[in-house]
Amino acid sequence: MLGKLDWSAIPFAQPIPLFAAGLVMLALLGAAIWVTRRGLWSYLWREWITSVDHKRIGIMYSMLALLMLLRGFIDAIMMRSQQSIAVHGAKGYLPPEHYDQIFSAHGTIMIFFGAMPFIIGLMNFVVPLQLGVRDVAFPTLNSVSFWLTASGALLVNMSLVIGEFARTGWLPYAPLSETTYSPGVGVDYYLWAIQISGAGTLMTGINLVTTILKMRTPGMSYMRMPMFCWTALGSNMLIVAAFPILTATLAMLTLDRYLGFHFFTNEAGGNMMMFVNLIWAWGHPEVYILILPAFGVFSEVFSTFSGKPLFGYRSMVAATLFIVVVSFFVWLHHFFTMGAGADVNAFFGIATSVIAVGTGVKIYNWLFTMVGGRLRFPTPMLWSLAFMVTFVVGGMTGVLMAVPPADFLLHNSMFLVAHFHNVIVGGVIFGAFAGYSFWFPKAFGFQLDERWGKRAFWPSLIGFVLTFGALYVVGLEGMTRRLQRTEVDDWIPWLHVALAGVGFMMLGVAAQAIQLYISIRDRERLRDLTGDPWDGRSLEWSTSSPPPAFNFAVMPDVRGEEAYWGMKRRAIEAQSLGDEPAYESIDMPRNSPTGIVTAFFATLIGFALIWQIWWLAILGFLGTYATFVVFAWRDRDEISVPVEEVTRIDRARRAARARHLGQNDEEPA
Amino acid sequence: MSDPYKKDSGDTVPGEGEDGAASLRGYTLGLALALLLTGASFWVASTNLVWAPSVPVAIVVLAVAQMGVHLVFFLHVTTGPDNTNNVLALAFGTLVVLLVIVGSIWIMGHLSHGMAMDHAAMGNMP
Repeated sequence: MLGKLDWSAIPFAQPIPLFAAGLVMLALLGAAIWVTRRGLWSYLWREWITSVDHKRIGIMYSMLALLMLLRGFIDAIMMRSQQSIAVHGAKGYLPPEHYDQIFSAHGTIMIFFGAMPFIIGLMNFVVPLQLGVRDVAFPTLNSVSFWLTASGALLVNMSLVIGEFARTGWLPYAPLSETTYSPGVGVDYYLWAIQISGAGTLMTGINLVTTILKMRTPGMSYMRMPMFCWTALGSNMLIVAAFPILTATLAMLTLDRYLGFHFFTNEAGGNMMMFVNLIWAWGHPEVYILILPAFGVFSEVFSTFSGKPLFGYRSMVAATLFIVVVSFFVWLHHFFTMGAGADVNAFFGIATSVIAVGTGVKIYNWLFTMVGGRLRFPTPMLWSLAFMVTFVVGGMTGVLMAVPPADFLLHNSMFLVAHFHNVIVGGVIFGAFAGYSFWFPKAFGFQLDERWGKRAFWPSLIGFVLTFGALYVVGLEGMTRRLQRTEVDDWIPWLHVALAGVGFMMLGVAAQAIQLYISIRDRERLRDLTGDPWDGRSLEWSTSSPPPAFNFAVMPDVRGEEAYWGMKRRAIEAQSLGDEPAYESIDMPRNSPTGIVTAFFATLIGFALIWQIWWLAILGFLGTYATFVVFAWRDRDEISVPVEEVTRIDRARRAARARHLGQNDEEPA
Repeated sequence: MSDPYKKDSGDTVPGEGEDGAASLRGYTLGLALALLLTGASFWVASTNLVWAPSVPVAIVVLAVAQMGVHLVFFLHVTTGPDNTNNVLALAFGTLVVLLVIVGSIWIMGHLSHGMAMDHAAMGNMP
């Protein structure tokens, strides 16, 4: 009846996961009680859970990401403390089989459920606003994408208390991930969670590519799009091209595990090296999927806070597209040591060095954007500057490892671990935090507290340098990755330094939480009345904060690069906003529970397939199909916002702008 | 949403702006060609008209032609100026597929060559 599931799946003998799960359950219960007492369920259901508004979905993506980053960070604390304790024959507090699950879960959660949703959340929120349109191309599909990602995250976290997670690392290399060596459900949790959320990511990719190619406001030609839209386009093109490779590779591993196929086994003609080859054909584009939108955020931030247009806009577009194409030429550098010959290694080594040129162009463009500008240093700018300094170091170590002979020494060492954390934390996570603090006032109508923002930034930066600086050193001293305990005395001081770095980062995380709390508490003081708190340059700052559901009362008329900057200059010169436009009623997509219902059934399917409860899996498939049919046969999919409502909302916005215009007439051009 | 977005050149939906009769003729022709090519590949495999070792090559050729028919008649990819996005998307997709396939074959071929066990040498090892 319940397949492989029975009481032995619950790890009663292990206090740590049980305690953690208990804590999470208590927190969820507390949240549920709070929502019930405030009577907020129907509000949540109507305004958020069933929302197809790209802004709401973007915010929910970011909230999921923040939660999962916290979860992944707890894994990181456990790994760093275990390695600091488990020296001189001491065993530490994490047994090997548990430690293996922790590093696998850390990587999986941080990449798939921390970094990806954060980046996708920012793109979802910002791209339609910057293009001057009212939603993405397929709003309901967008909601389905989000809820499928949440479903994958739920499955990974369920593995904490029901069964186990993979012990294979964040990419389940065969043959270790085959049933011979991983007979438990850990790898199955990984496979179904990633397949379900991967489907969501692929649909987001299609959605955003379509939005950017097809739905720009009049006058917004390609070469007038803000840089963030260009990097979002690049990133989503990579999603569309690369995620099918991941899906196919994991599907082959699934066939091996469930139906006795031999794609990646040792025997019967299987080739486990093929798994490594295919997974990195997705895996390398994936890192550019993550970093390109972060580059876009930095471009917006540097240009806004330098008070200048982005330097070398065209070269920036070219560099982005160059990276999109070349990112498919470098995947072998993840397995130089696998045993292909010198020809192959040389080709991919050179390609890897070449791709750094694209990023180098961007670094110089950002530097020249700042030269001669009127610089301001609020929190988003601090994250961006920290990115630029640390990312250059990360890029250099990357180019170093692109040299195959050097890679033979550094492969799978802590030096590699330090390198990719250097670029992913320093690039993607700093970029996500820069975007978070930059667009927060746009999303919620009040700014984040600057004092606590700086208090969050500095310990995070110090902790980041200490931790990964120390890991670079132990890596050069020969420490390999994923060690549950070590016996080499020379490494001990550095492991302690790394742990101290984690301590600093904990301070940073705490300060971020306090910042959010203080900002919500003092929101009246921090209120953004004009909708343009940073003196911005692109269209998202032309509407109010938070924007109305329809974003723009009339479609903006774009007459050049930096659309909003041009409008603002014209308004300041003329000392007037121009005539009130002729308002019309606006048709907006209707909210739909399709997303969450689909994700509910997808979670059932995933859970059933993990535990091989076949009837439940069939039920889940039927439910998903029925949801699709009901959605496809809907009668009404749009609601109309009446013209009086549009007029009222936009008059309020124009009044705030007009007041602001009167106060700032001495502002230099 | 019903707002009239301005269409840039190169920004039309495949199949947009065709009249019914012409489009029906196009689909019928496409279906006929697709069936013909499918039949031909079965037929090639079962006769000895084609030299036996080259049958796989013939089937690959017919498969590529089949893809072409699908692209032109069903997905409406043409070389016209209103089709830039579709052609670019197709080119990018083809590039990625070729890169992954050719790259994998090259890498795995090198690997099997480099890792081939020399059993005689292994036997002489202490």
